Amino acid sequence: MVPATYYLALSIVLFVIGAVGFLIRRNLIIMFMSIELMLNAANLAFVTFARQQLAMDGQVIVFFVMTVAAGEVAVGLAIIIALFRHRETLNADEVRMLRW
Amino acid sequence: MTPLTFFPLAALIVAAALGVILNRHPIRSGLCLAATLFLLAIMFVFLDAHLVAALQIIVYAGAILVLFLFVIMLLNLEAELPQRRRQNLTIAATVAGGLFAAAGIYALFTSGGQLPGPGTAAAPPLEFGSSAALGYRLFTHFVLPFEITAVLLLVAVLGAVVLAKKKMS
Repeated sequence: MVPATYYLALSIVLFVIGAVGFLIRRNLIIMFMSIELMLNAANLAFVTFARQQLAMDGQVIVFFVMTVAAGEVAVGLAIIIALFRHRETLNADEVRMLRW
Repeated sequence: MTPLTFFPLAALIVAAALGVILNRHPIRSGLCLAATLFLLAIMFVFLDAHLVAALQIIVYAGAILVLFLFVIMLLNLEAELPQRRRQNLTIAATVAGGLFAAAGIYALFTSGGQLPGPGTAAAPPLEFGSSAALGYRLFTHFVLPFEITAVLLLVAVLGAVVLAKKKMS
């Protein structure tokens, strides 16, 4: 059997891929997908711990994370559509109205 | 799950995740994300999280991903051009991320102490991961967060409609 540490290592790698993707890409949609990757890495860790402890709570939390992710994607993509309608761009470097 | 199945699956997941962040074209990134989510669902099945695996495919790969692809096609995005002036940031982010991952994995494998709990080798109870077990927990111990989630989804729907509709002026 593969011990839980291996799953957690995979979870760390996935999370880092998401975080690096968020930093190096400037396309807002791909930055968004990177956030989904990070959420999925967290889900994997939760499911691993649920299996490790043989407790269902970790899986219930994953259920909540998925719900929040669904809501977040709906609102985020609506913001992206509104932004594209205003500025005709999805490049995060060109959207700097609120930056100092 | 034996190492013989774990490592190829993990390698595929990492490759698909890298595809998400390295592809120039958003559509290809989206398809790589779909692959990542499906492969993670397989991983969940091996961790005896059967309902979560099904939800992963239905909610993530079904609903969320379709929303992504829908918006990408709606906005008719073209491939991102490589930007030379951002190369320093790219290198810095990659190095920092690599260090973070290395530190985390090092801490995982050298901390010595075993993780608490019966472990992944112990046989789970028959109910483990089933919709009955998850639903029971959800409607007893987690019933208040569950109700709040309903409100959250309602607010998200309203917010999405308000944000995405055309200005009435």
